[in-house]
Amino acid sequence: MNTLSRARRPAPRSEARGGLAARLREPTQVVFLALLALIALGWVLVALDGGQFLTMESVVGIQQRSAALGIVAIGQTLAILAGSLDLSVAYLISLTSLVAAEIMAGRDGNVLPAVAAVLGVSALVGLVNGLVITRLRVHAFIATLGVALIIKGVVDHLYDGPAGKVPESFQLLGYSRIGPIPVSAVLWAGVAVVAWFLLSRTRLGYRVYAVGGNEEVARLSGIRTGRAIVLTHVLCSVCAGIAGLLLASRLGAGAPTVGTDGGYDLESIAAVVLGGTALAGGKGGVSGTVGGVLLLAVLDTIFNQLEVNSFVKDVVRGVVIVVAVAVYARRIKGRSV
Amino acid sequence: MKRTLPILAVLMVLLAAIAIANPHFLEPAGFLAFLKRAAPLVILAAGQYFVIVSGEFDLSVGSLVTAEVVIAARLIDGDGSATWPVIALLIVIGLLVGLVNGVVTTKLRVPSFIVTLGMLLILSGAVFLWTGGAPRGALSEGFRAFGRGGLGPVPWSVLILLAVGAAAIWLMRADFGKTLIATGDNERAAALSGVRVDRAKIIAFMLSGLAAAVAAILLGGFAGVSAQVGQGLEFSAITAVVLGGVVLGGGRGSVLAAMAGAFTLEALFTLLNLYGISGALEFTVQGVIIIAAVAAGAVHLPRMFTPRKGDAHAAS
Amino acid sequence: MPRHKATVAVFAVLVVAGCTTDKPTATTQPAAPTSSASRSAEGSGTGEQSKFFVQADFDAQLAMRAQAPQGPADKPWEQAIAPRMADTAKYKKDGPYHLCFSNAAVNNPWRQVGWKTMQAEVGLHKEITKFTTLDAEGKDDKQISDIAELQAKGCDALIVSPNTTATLTPAVTAACGKVPVIVFDRGVETDCPVTFIKPIGGYAFGADAAEFLVEKVPAGGKVLALRILPGVDVLETRWSAAKMTFDKSKVQVVGVEFTDGDAAKTKSIVSDYIQRYGKIDGVWMDAGATAVAAIEAFEDAGLPVPPINGEDQQDFLQKWKDANLTAVAPTYPTYQWRTPVIAALKILKGEEVPKAWNLPQPKVTSENLSTYLKPNMPPLHYALCGCETLPGFPEAWGGKKS
Repeated sequence: MNTLSRARRPAPRSEARGGLAARLREPTQVVFLALLALIALGWVLVALDGGQFLTMESVVGIQQRSAALGIVAIGQTLAILAGSLDLSVAYLISLTSLVAAEIMAGRDGNVLPAVAAVLGVSALVGLVNGLVITRLRVHAFIATLGVALIIKGVVDHLYDGPAGKVPESFQLLGYSRIGPIPVSAVLWAGVAVVAWFLLSRTRLGYRVYAVGGNEEVARLSGIRTGRAIVLTHVLCSVCAGIAGLLLASRLGAGAPTVGTDGGYDLESIAAVVLGGTALAGGKGGVSGTVGGVLLLAVLDTIFNQLEVNSFVKDVVRGVVIVVAVAVYARRIKGRSV
Repeated sequence: MKRTLPILAVLMVLLAAIAIANPHFLEPAGFLAFLKRAAPLVILAAGQYFVIVSGEFDLSVGSLVTAEVVIAARLIDGDGSATWPVIALLIVIGLLVGLVNGVVTTKLRVPSFIVTLGMLLILSGAVFLWTGGAPRGALSEGFRAFGRGGLGPVPWSVLILLAVGAAAIWLMRADFGKTLIATGDNERAAALSGVRVDRAKIIAFMLSGLAAAVAAILLGGFAGVSAQVGQGLEFSAITAVVLGGVVLGGGRGSVLAAMAGAFTLEALFTLLNLYGISGALEFTVQGVIIIAAVAAGAVHLPRMFTPRKGDAHAAS
Repeated sequence: MPRHKATVAVFAVLVVAGCTTDKPTATTQPAAPTSSASRSAEGSGTGEQSKFFVQADFDAQLAMRAQAPQGPADKPWEQAIAPRMADTAKYKKDGPYHLCFSNAAVNNPWRQVGWKTMQAEVGLHKEITKFTTLDAEGKDDKQISDIAELQAKGCDALIVSPNTTATLTPAVTAACGKVPVIVFDRGVETDCPVTFIKPIGGYAFGADAAEFLVEKVPAGGKVLALRILPGVDVLETRWSAAKMTFDKSKVQVVGVEFTDGDAAKTKSIVSDYIQRYGKIDGVWMDAGATAVAAIEAFEDAGLPVPPINGEDQQDFLQKWKDANLTAVAPTYPTYQWRTPVIAALKILKGEEVPKAWNLPQPKVTSENLSTYLKPNMPPLHYALCGCETLPGFPEAWGGKKS
């Protein structure tokens, strides 16, 4: 997938495989600075509009709104870091929300089997994605688009509306909160910490960065690149499955369009690059993605508070994404010269 | 030319299958109707081909098509005399959107996936912001003629398709085509050997924007104003190009094959419809076919033509 | 890939409805048909009855068509059919008022027209000093958080236009405990809202159109049914009512196709059917947005346009008049967007409102076409907006002063 952005000859490869700490710092700082600036700007704008920006409800709202996207984006980060990407997450979310709600069927006792089934189904989809990419040598864009279509066909074939029922006990996942922190945000944080740990403290993390940085070099240095790519896809799909569970608990049922309505495929990719992870792979990290997701959520909250219409939102979102990536490209270029 | 053979063979099989199910398909009127229906996608695929072969993506064409149709309706507003100026404007807008995509991709070094994703959001937001949410105004009869009418029995869209196809093939045979392929194949090497890489890419994006403008004129003409006329066309176009054996990542594949890929996709839809097996599972069939087609190409063709290291997931 | 969603969708519905096709039906959902009236209709070409069909609602809606609504005749948005009033004294409070609105989306022309109409209605009332709206952009999850967020904004009343029925029910139920809730357009599965506002409904729409075709199409005539997409309750009811009518008639339904609401696809589907059957004698549509595209398919084939139904959309009404079609346009009036604001004020003033506020649902016929067709409105404007007397008309709705 490094060809996705072949135009940008990134900084020397050695840097890409260099110290993890250095790698995690750079664009992440930018995105969190931007996040702080945006919060300040939002505060001023909303105050001028006669409102209150960071009320309890809006803070909870920001977290609720970003948890599902946040979890998907963590998974997407892993795939992108390995030089791949995943366009099948949106349909997988719909599928897993249905699997969860159908198996639970409103009974508390079925929650565990349902969760297990969702994780199993999503891991399987990730495995297929990964194997098609590595064994059949299909470009990730086409491979995951194809798998997306396959899932879509199956979902549309079986369902034409919300189905299944999530028991009250499982709905707590989507609705309850500890003070200002919703449980869903805790779940997101948990997923992020696990992913961060994998990337920065394990061999797998090293391999992912190496493969994404330069697959050839990684292969020559004895890394089984195929395996690393397959594994990131499995993890990416499992994240989508967790997001499907979360959405099922929010909606109280499974819905065949919940993933696509949310635009989780392209939006998660946008959040990842907004967080400073290079689309070509090998550079970036989980913390940037968290910042990117929060940035989009805060932007949404400001729009909500100011009651900006959704067309303006699209324009602003489009500009923000392109400008952010242009800024990162500048910085990387500046350093490498 | 050899690269075009597999997809042409698949296309022939599909067309034969359609003809068996629907003999009317072999009559000139039936076949022309098929060509007319396929024309917008084939033109978009030709445009997308230039971008893909140069190593980039253009995800903005679908929302560009919608934007163009909505703009045309509002500006023409049923007034026949505005037809030609507005068509000229649409073409300029198409080129301009391509120019912006190309410049941001090459000069600001933003991956084209992101640039055109941003452009997709910006275009769909901006055009409806301008019209207040829903299309307004109306297209003139003169504008509609390109998608509805014809020269005798031959629809205008088929003639336009032939012209676009011929121009695309000519472009790829000219120096520009060699430059573009060299750029997509190995950008650094091309740049070192004096190719103006950025310029080639910018022109590729502009051609894609131009193709979207032409497709918008045909689609708007065919069925009138609609807010969702371009929905999903970007993925259809990319799929068509890839189906034609053009490699994502650039440098390989022919424009004729890309257009044949679009015809194949259209024939596949028609066939699945005709045989009535076209359930929701049609998507599943399509997904499998796309993956299989690309996998077949990736496994065999590189071995035949370029014995490269098996870096297929990077696809170059 | 949207172009073949139609066929995909047809199949999905057939399969889910447990249709007698060659596909196994083992995959259907456990949800049993909610009606006892899903009788087999083999041979009529309409397939199995939709699982959304509810006989009692169907009967009620068809009966409502004949009932005279109560209220001012020149303001159908204030009228109600057979209202059972609910007491609202406990919500009474002094103005000025802060109204909140959780909108499912403004992503189609119908919602655009309605949304502008609602804003204009709010503008009429000086006692509404604040009107806070959140747009869920068609996302259930966002609407759930939106409703939660609005509850904290100090709203005196909350208007909700739900994105989907089942999934929004918990959020609406939670809100009911805090503020008076008014639901309109699509319902929720709880009766906790003070009032639920809707026109008569989808069964009446579908039946109006189908009855017209049965009357105009000769016995044995071929009717093509075009639907937008399956699984949407308000559209399923339209088709299931039409199916009931067609099953009892002598017309032959040669196809039920899904168009995705896409004009190009609609035109292609109709062209294919004309080619396959040589002649189509009637076209039934569950929504009018693509009616003109269907008509053009006949024109381009050089055939007369058969009896057809559309909706109260400007381009269709104009075409109807220009080409002197045999047509009818049932409606799902956008003037219903005025009613929630009126209802909210009544509730806050302690005046009683109908618990189920059924608005009249007129149909456009050749006789009254000229009263509904307003010149110089945009092609996707809906004639029954009830907005002609509101300030800012016609410019705010995209029209031009004639």
